[in-house]
Amino acid sequence: MTADTQPEKAVEFRDVSYRLDHGATLLHDLNLSVQRGELLVLLGRSGSGKTTTLKLINRLLEPSSGQVLIEGRSSTEWDPIQLRRRIGYAIQEVGLFPHFTVERNIGLVPALEGWSRQRAQERVRELLHLVGLDEQLASRRPRELSGGQRQRVGVARALAADPPILLMDEPFGALDALTRAELQREFLGLQQRLHKTTVFVTHDLREALLLGSRIALLEGGRLIATYTPHEFLHADEPLAAAYVAAFRTEKAGL
Amino acid sequence: MSLWQFLTQNRMEVWQLTLEHLWMVGVSMVIAVAIGVPVGIWLTRRAVLEKPVLGAANVIQTIPSLALFGFLLPAPWIGARAERIAILALVLYALLPVIRNTYVGITGVDRAVVEAGRGMGMTGRQLLLQVELPLALSVIIAGIRVATVISVGLATIAAAIGAGGLGEFIFRGLAMVNNAVILAGAVPAAILALLADFGLGLLEKRLRPA
Repeated sequence: MTADTQPEKAVEFRDVSYRLDHGATLLHDLNLSVQRGELLVLLGRSGSGKTTTLKLINRLLEPSSGQVLIEGRSSTEWDPIQLRRRIGYAIQEVGLFPHFTVERNIGLVPALEGWSRQRAQERVRELLHLVGLDEQLASRRPRELSGGQRQRVGVARALAADPPILLMDEPFGALDALTRAELQREFLGLQQRLHKTTVFVTHDLREALLLGSRIALLEGGRLIATYTPHEFLHADEPLAAAYVAAFRTEKAGL
Repeated sequence: MSLWQFLTQNRMEVWQLTLEHLWMVGVSMVIAVAIGVPVGIWLTRRAVLEKPVLGAANVIQTIPSLALFGFLLPAPWIGARAERIAILALVLYALLPVIRNTYVGITGVDRAVVEAGRGMGMTGRQLLLQVELPLALSVIIAGIRVATVISVGLATIAAAIGAGGLGEFIFRGLAMVNNAVILAGAVPAAILALLADFGLGLLEKRLRPA
């Protein structure tokens, strides 16, 4: 796909449903698009279909009906391997390879894509700086890192081959509050520089408001509505209002 | 006559039977691994087959060894030489621990790690060779270790059908009612089993991921 033919919508869901083999429907008729360069937050509680939505983008799941278009092409028309290598992926459990060093973990996709060693090494160094990690960590194993460091490595790994799209599934969810706030701030800074098209899953409204250019609210496998952070805070929709109320009580309670 | 006297007087035969024993166990383990590891990997890709295949391997384990050696006697080609029967029987017994540990080892790899690998665009082959097998290796070796130790013991029974190995002394000693001769087969066999257990145990430990 060449730059001049790239559509404005990096990702588009058209009437997408996802059902399990035995019949449970995890996602109902989703219509949603992600503009190039925006950070769309999928907000909802567990079981709302956030992660399912995310996995439909990199074709870890395929829609039961409807279409997911990535850069104008249906996900099922893409070669899944090629598609995934163009999409950075970071998850809550991080999923670093325990038997690889930090350097090999971050350099995984470049290695799969056949980059030269030197180019990959340079890229790893660059990424370590980008996510605020010391270069000396490159030779460590994941188990020798703190939770926050591991999560940074996970983000660096997702960015490694400079993918145009990033998928993040509660990447900071398992961290302590302080580290989480730190990583959120840094990620926001990173996003403002890199302008990656990002789909970010969270159940935390504070995180959604901080990071999102738009927030898609999901419940029970259905999209309730999409809002800008400002709109969300003043939405009349009962679920959105409930989120805001809970958020304000939590804040007031502190 | 003491065990020690018997061993020193029959050095050459002890040595030869030990080599035969090692040969039977070694060949059967190589074959069992060559079949069992791919089958175990295949089961992780075809979850519905897990129960029937592991069940079948389990049933084989329950056949008394002497009976299994007997059953195989009339088999074509295999039955022509006792050594072949012994090796086939040992392979059949070794399959269960090898298949099961390969299956358990791979399915036991952290789901998040596998999912991350898939999500980043690793092919099934890359995922298997670079992630799943390396992380499952110590569990697979543990299965091979169990199978080897069992095989060393079982191979002594192969002498009953004339396949040789250290069981020769055991059966001869039983016929002669001579404990020293029985021990001349049993003690070296026990030492072989312990050495295999120790050596593969070290390997298993070294390959264990963090």
